[in-house]
Amino acid sequence: MTETGGWPGGHPPTAPSGGPPPSVTSDRQPILQLRAISKHFGAVEALSGVDFDVYPSEVVALVGDNGAGKSTLVKTIAGINIPDSGEIWFEGQHVAIHGPRDPAALGISTVYQDLALCDNLDVVANLYLGREEVEPPVLLLSEERMEQRAREVLKSLDVKIPNPRNPIAALSGGQRQSVAVARSVMWKAKVVLLDEPTAALGVQQTKQVLELILRLRNQGLGVVVISHNLANVFEVADRIVVLRLGKRVGTYERKAASEERIVAAITGAEFGKFQPQV
Amino acid sequence: MSAAGAPSAPTGPPVVSNLQSLWRRVSQGDVGSLPVIAGLVLIWLVFYSLNPLFLSPRNLTNLVSQIADIGIVSVGIVLVLLLGEIDLSVGSVYGLASAVMAVLSVQYGWSAAPAIVAGLLVGTAIGTFQGFFFTRFRIPSFVVTLAGLLTWFGAQLHVMGEKGTINLDDPTIVQLAGQFFPPSVGWTLAVIAVVVLATDLFIRRRRRAAAGLPQAGLAGDLVKLGAVVAVILGATAIMASDEGVPLSLLILLGFVVGFDLITTRTKFGRHIFAVGGNAEAARRAGISVNGIRIAVFALCGTLAAAGGIMGASRLLAVNYNSGTGDTLLNAIAGAVIGGTSLFGGRGTVWSALTGALVIGSINNGLALLSAASDVKFMVTGGVLLAAVTIDAVARQGRQRAGV
Ligand SMILES: Nc1ncnc2c1ncn2[C@@H]1O[C@H](COP(=O)(O)OP(=O)(O)OP(=O)(O)O)[C@@H](O)[C@H]1O
Ligand SMILES: [Mg+2]
Repeated sequence: MTETGGWPGGHPPTAPSGGPPPSVTSDRQPILQLRAISKHFGAVEALSGVDFDVYPSEVVALVGDNGAGKSTLVKTIAGINIPDSGEIWFEGQHVAIHGPRDPAALGISTVYQDLALCDNLDVVANLYLGREEVEPPVLLLSEERMEQRAREVLKSLDVKIPNPRNPIAALSGGQRQSVAVARSVMWKAKVVLLDEPTAALGVQQTKQVLELILRLRNQGLGVVVISHNLANVFEVADRIVVLRLGKRVGTYERKAASEERIVAAITGAEFGKFQPQV
Repeated sequence: MSAAGAPSAPTGPPVVSNLQSLWRRVSQGDVGSLPVIAGLVLIWLVFYSLNPLFLSPRNLTNLVSQIADIGIVSVGIVLVLLLGEIDLSVGSVYGLASAVMAVLSVQYGWSAAPAIVAGLLVGTAIGTFQGFFFTRFRIPSFVVTLAGLLTWFGAQLHVMGEKGTINLDDPTIVQLAGQFFPPSVGWTLAVIAVVVLATDLFIRRRRRAAAGLPQAGLAGDLVKLGAVVAVILGATAIMASDEGVPLSLLILLGFVVGFDLITTRTKFGRHIFAVGGNAEAARRAGISVNGIRIAVFALCGTLAAAGGIMGASRLLAVNYNSGTGDTLLNAIAGAVIGGTSLFGGRGTVWSALTGALVIGSINNGLALLSAASDVKFMVTGGVLLAAVTIDAVARQGRQRAGV
């Protein structure tokens, strides 16, 4: 990761295309800023010129239809996709993200749509995947220390797992989601990205994950949530960003927005002309 | 399965949670080495009933020295299987490495150590090369190593030149498979092994207690330890009553124990399992997936070379046929029979030893009955099919469980 220096005020230049709309919370500094991010896969323009900000202590919902580019945007921040063009700023510094280690070092962690857990490994091993602790002289894994901390983290997040030494293969869908969220926050994260965290969950587990999201926000984290469930979005989000066909088509304060307006932005119908069938 | 929100006791009483985890393992086919050990006992009883000499100390000592080369190759196969890959070139690497060592030792007069190291490095270089091709060009490992099977066999013929057979005479090389240690040495090693195992168990329990973590039942741990100790002492007693403990067995055990430690207790080993279980998850966690893959192929090549050197030492010669025939198939069959999954991410290095014992016992027992190769191949094939079926059924069990 290389830091290429900061702009005088710590602000990145606004994109030529008018830049981001003035934020209502302009007295605060965004912790993460994306400027004019573009990414294509072959002929598919997955993202074109997207600007995106995340502030500390806020939940930003990222919504849009299937294939709108939500997961691609999150993977760009997570270092999985390298954008074709655009800039990423973190805490007022221009940063280069070349791989998954770079955002992790900054304090950005991600829970993927497909969870990215290893079924054959146990819960402790998954929580520590890629960050295993070893004992200095012989460099064997410190299983006890890792298990102890894993149990603490699961407990502090109120995640109920009968035995963290069971392989992921033995857990229910809700338990797996909880493990994935726990892994994302146990490394002093400042920004957490959640790709459809409640998609496969029942009512009770969904509620738990939403509560978990609010708990993360109240601890000062910036939380980005992708969801197709607008009811969930309205329950937790402070701001709602709408993507359509790889472009950002709107940003709404939750308190000033209505579901109809968001749906109109998602589908591309002009608000006012679009009347949902009741 | 209780959901995250359901009120479930975090840790039930030890007996209940042990039973639950046993049931989960049986229903998902995750039973480790139990089937292969049961199979081994069965095979031994059958051969014993057909010819009591089969279980004589002399024959059992023969048996363990016969499996050293294949067992070592199998350790490497286990590593690539854990990644969910395969290496079909190990037989040819086995042959080429032993040919290189033999030519350097006999024709160029190199002393034992550099000749052996050169042979091992041939394996390392080949493994690295194949791993590089596999990762860089995304050619399936099956195809890369199939090309290797042909190429390195050709290289073996080339290295040996006109000579169809090179007889080994270097005393150190010959001793690798020919040396037997007297009972006093065997018993000393056995006692050391028992003390190390007991200490390891004790330290781990104490560390868990110090960290405030729940313990597995002491009785269960002691029963497991007792079983392993009984095997060690029993095997030592049998070998001590005849020629002594073969060095080749100790070399094989050294590789097995060493790589078991590496795979289960180091970061590198954990990453091998992670890549084999879910390569994409490993990549996103910042693990260098291709680095792990190349390292594992390099290790597999090195172990194949080590097996070839042990085999040459046992036969006192290298020829055009070294490493051909059933070397490759036995090494892969052994790993799978021992319980390592073909589908990646599940298994243990110990399956190299148990699988080699099964295959070695079949070969040895049938030879004792003067059965010809036809029967040997058919029996080995049947056992392999049974082992792969257990693996596949277990996999289906896991998928039914929603894995
Ligand atoms: N690795 C890839 N290779 C090729 N095309 C891709 C890849 N990843 C995404 N795309 C394409 O980019 C576009 C955006 O995909 P993305 O996964 O970001 O959508 P999404 O908004 O997350 O949709 P969903 O709600 O279905 O998850 C789609 O057309 C998709 O097919
Ligand atoms: Mg998506």
